[in-house]
Amino acid sequence: MSLFTICLIILVGSWVFLRFVVGGIISVPIPGSVIAMYMGLIVIAILVHISVEDSLFREFRRPILETLVDDKRRLHRRVLVVLIPLLLLGYTYSIIAQRANPPGSPRDAHPSPPLQLTYKDEVIGTMQDVVNPFRHYEKDDPEAFKAHVENGKRVYHQNCFYCHGDHLDGQGHFAAYLQPLPANFQDPGIIPNFQESFFFWRVAKGGPGLPAAGTPWDSAMPIWEDHLTKDEIWDVILFLSDYTGYQFRTFGEAH
Amino acid sequence: MKISKKRLYLILGCVLVFYAVLAIAPAFAQDMTEAEYRPFPVIGSRTAAWIAAQLHLLFGSFILGVPMFAVIIEFIGWKTKDERYDRMAQEFIKLCMGAFSTTALLGGVLVFILIWCYPKVMSKLSGIFGPTMIFYVILFFGETFTLYLYSYGWDKMQGRHKGWHLFLGVLLNVWGTAIMFVSNSWLTYQTSPATQHGIISETRKKSWMDEQLAADPSLTPETVMEGVTDHTMIPLHNEATGEFMATVWDAVNNFTWMPVNIHRLIGNIAFGGSIVAAYAAFRFLVAKTKEDKAHYDWMGYTGNFIALCGLIPLPFAGYWLGREIYLFNNTMGINMMGSLFSWLFIIQAVMIGVLFIGANYYLWSGMGRIDGAEIYARYRPYMIIAIIVCVAIWMTPRTLSKISTASELSAMGGANHPHLGFFGLMTAKNTAVNIVILTTFLSFLFYRRSGKTPTASWRKVGNIAISSIFFFAVVAIVVIGIVGFAVPTDFRVNTLTPWQVVIALVAMFAVTVLDVFMYRRAQTSGTIKWGGMTDRSQYVLILLAITFTSLMGLMGYARSGLREQWHVFGVMPDTSPDAFTPPLSEAVNMVAIIMVIFFALVGFIFWLGLWGEKKKQAAAPVEAEVAMESDD
Repeated sequence: MSLFTICLIILVGSWVFLRFVVGGIISVPIPGSVIAMYMGLIVIAILVHISVEDSLFREFRRPILETLVDDKRRLHRRVLVVLIPLLLLGYTYSIIAQRANPPGSPRDAHPSPPLQLTYKDEVIGTMQDVVNPFRHYEKDDPEAFKAHVENGKRVYHQNCFYCHGDHLDGQGHFAAYLQPLPANFQDPGIIPNFQESFFFWRVAKGGPGLPAAGTPWDSAMPIWEDHLTKDEIWDVILFLSDYTGYQFRTFGEAH
Repeated sequence: MKISKKRLYLILGCVLVFYAVLAIAPAFAQDMTEAEYRPFPVIGSRTAAWIAAQLHLLFGSFILGVPMFAVIIEFIGWKTKDERYDRMAQEFIKLCMGAFSTTALLGGVLVFILIWCYPKVMSKLSGIFGPTMIFYVILFFGETFTLYLYSYGWDKMQGRHKGWHLFLGVLLNVWGTAIMFVSNSWLTYQTSPATQHGIISETRKKSWMDEQLAADPSLTPETVMEGVTDHTMIPLHNEATGEFMATVWDAVNNFTWMPVNIHRLIGNIAFGGSIVAAYAAFRFLVAKTKEDKAHYDWMGYTGNFIALCGLIPLPFAGYWLGREIYLFNNTMGINMMGSLFSWLFIIQAVMIGVLFIGANYYLWSGMGRIDGAEIYARYRPYMIIAIIVCVAIWMTPRTLSKISTASELSAMGGANHPHLGFFGLMTAKNTAVNIVILTTFLSFLFYRRSGKTPTASWRKVGNIAISSIFFFAVVAIVVIGIVGFAVPTDFRVNTLTPWQVVIALVAMFAVTVLDVFMYRRAQTSGTIKWGGMTDRSQYVLILLAITFTSLMGLMGYARSGLREQWHVFGVMPDTSPDAFTPPLSEAVNMVAIIMVIFFALVGFIFWLGLWGEKKKQAAAPVEAEVAMESDD
């Protein structure tokens, strides 16, 4: 088998693997842009391999040159002259024939919090320094901590679970009708990446409190400081980490 | 009427000057009394300052980076008595000399623009940093005269004076590094005007305590100090009035000063090496004689080697800087990695991927000109796969909402892919980068071994030991990476990630020691045919220099943009019409324009050097057609 054929098989095989094996059998579909990015890398890998040595490059281009100039390959040439435009036609058709598919949300991954954390108009402190006032009970008074977690659980199930789900995975009853989807607290990239003060801000201010930068946010999250007390919000935050097992981000000592 | 070419150019020149005068004319109509901002004509103040600052930084990076390795190469030449090293080091410094005056010129342009367009900001900065500016001038004089002595005295200070010449080289680097540290203090202060309680001056400790007591009369000095440790961040300004209350040293030694110093110091080496390699590549491509080809092939290899030496520790230094930014201000950290600038880091991953793929490609191409290197070619496909998979992980975004359609988001069940989403987290990316670094090191090891046969009796055991070190290092890095998904972030950032770095560094050090001893008396089975590199590999060197330049421009945009609408973060707001953060697309365009200007200027300076050389050669033609061969 020629080097060219091997490279072609790798290229097509990689696309099939990403599109149908990873994006179908193993997991859910991968967005086209991500597949394109991976395919670009695979093309680079192939180009690197074939061009690093002159002998490999000659071997790679040999069947291409033969197809272009060798009289024995006249049939191949004719087939390719028909096949290549057909493939391009099919690709173009597949792009323009699909139904209107609006782009996803252009919002930033995470909103940037303000420098100061507030509850209604009361300044609690700087976002960097504020800690959950009940967190220390985890070590100092486990019974009191348990009581706060229980209260957080109650508040969550009375207010939050309709969207965020009873498993805290963002799959609540209303979730299917919301875009963007409610936060999935079971995701390892959510709770461990943020301080508790960040979560307090997101709960307290909701969608309308999101920053001007990075819009449109389109968040359906209500302004919970209008309905919950400060302590109730902190208790819900305790419940989130207690239920999922993930710990909120802390910075420890600076050095 | 027939117009001569000369006259046509004259008319065109006059028209251009006329338009330029028209364009800047409004500037003369401006009120030159005390103003907060003055607009720069046509392109605006921010764009003007951006271009001048970035060009100054690129040239500065080059002239600070090159002497660092020039003096080491000169030292190697002195110790090994191989004059080729000495000649190459001298050639590096000649390039530096050409760029030196341009750096100073651009620095002057930047200062003029800043004083003109941002008088109030400059007034505040000079009020705080005045003493350091005097120190900067002294350092600049020191560097200038040392560089002149070092360069012009090169031929004179050979033989018994060589030691003194090397001392001048070291002194040049001391001046250069000190200059960079001083100017870094100004810009890092703008980002992080705070420092830790343990290292802040007594003056500021006292004024800070007074501020706390004045803000809340119920407090006592004892209650204020509750929970305050040596690491507690203390702002340098009065939090109520914004007045600067600390000492000059507190402002210099601000929170992000040292991480930026280290990051830039290493970056300068990598950047300087890559520009030198690109210069050598260009000279290789246009070389007419075998001797020239051989010389510039060797120079290109050395430049790329230096760039690699800088590139390998650079991600670690960058990670430390990122960590410090998070520690200084969580909002700034989230803006950087999870919000405003998060997509910039995907572009950064692509560009660093290009750097690593390109550097490896160059090494693999180089093995083609060494007899006996063929035995390592069979490992190459696996190394390509390892690098590509790692780069793919590094490039995978965490949140895909901006690059997915609504139906794709719906199919994924959210903005994160349930499996590929893991690649978007830092623990996966850190694992990938460490493996890319180890693979690149392996490429270099193969290159070093090519054409040599070890004679040490323990070579089999040695090879098993080296393979085991690589194997266990990769396993350990991967296992730590997987564990990183399940531990608190604080533990991952402060313990697991440093351990990954330590494992990679220890593995590279241990392998180097073993390999050096194993190949100490190795038989040479094949020589390096200098000048035998492919033209393709030379274009890769040029690509690497372009990528380094773009990367520096883009990351500079992130470092500066992180302040958002502040001249001095949290202290002095930007109230100019440019107070918004430019979008990524605008930044990319700006960086591309700056890169083109930079390479045009560099090309002109190098061309001037080439021109002078041609004149010399024309005066004394030398026929040299012998291919240079070397054993290393």
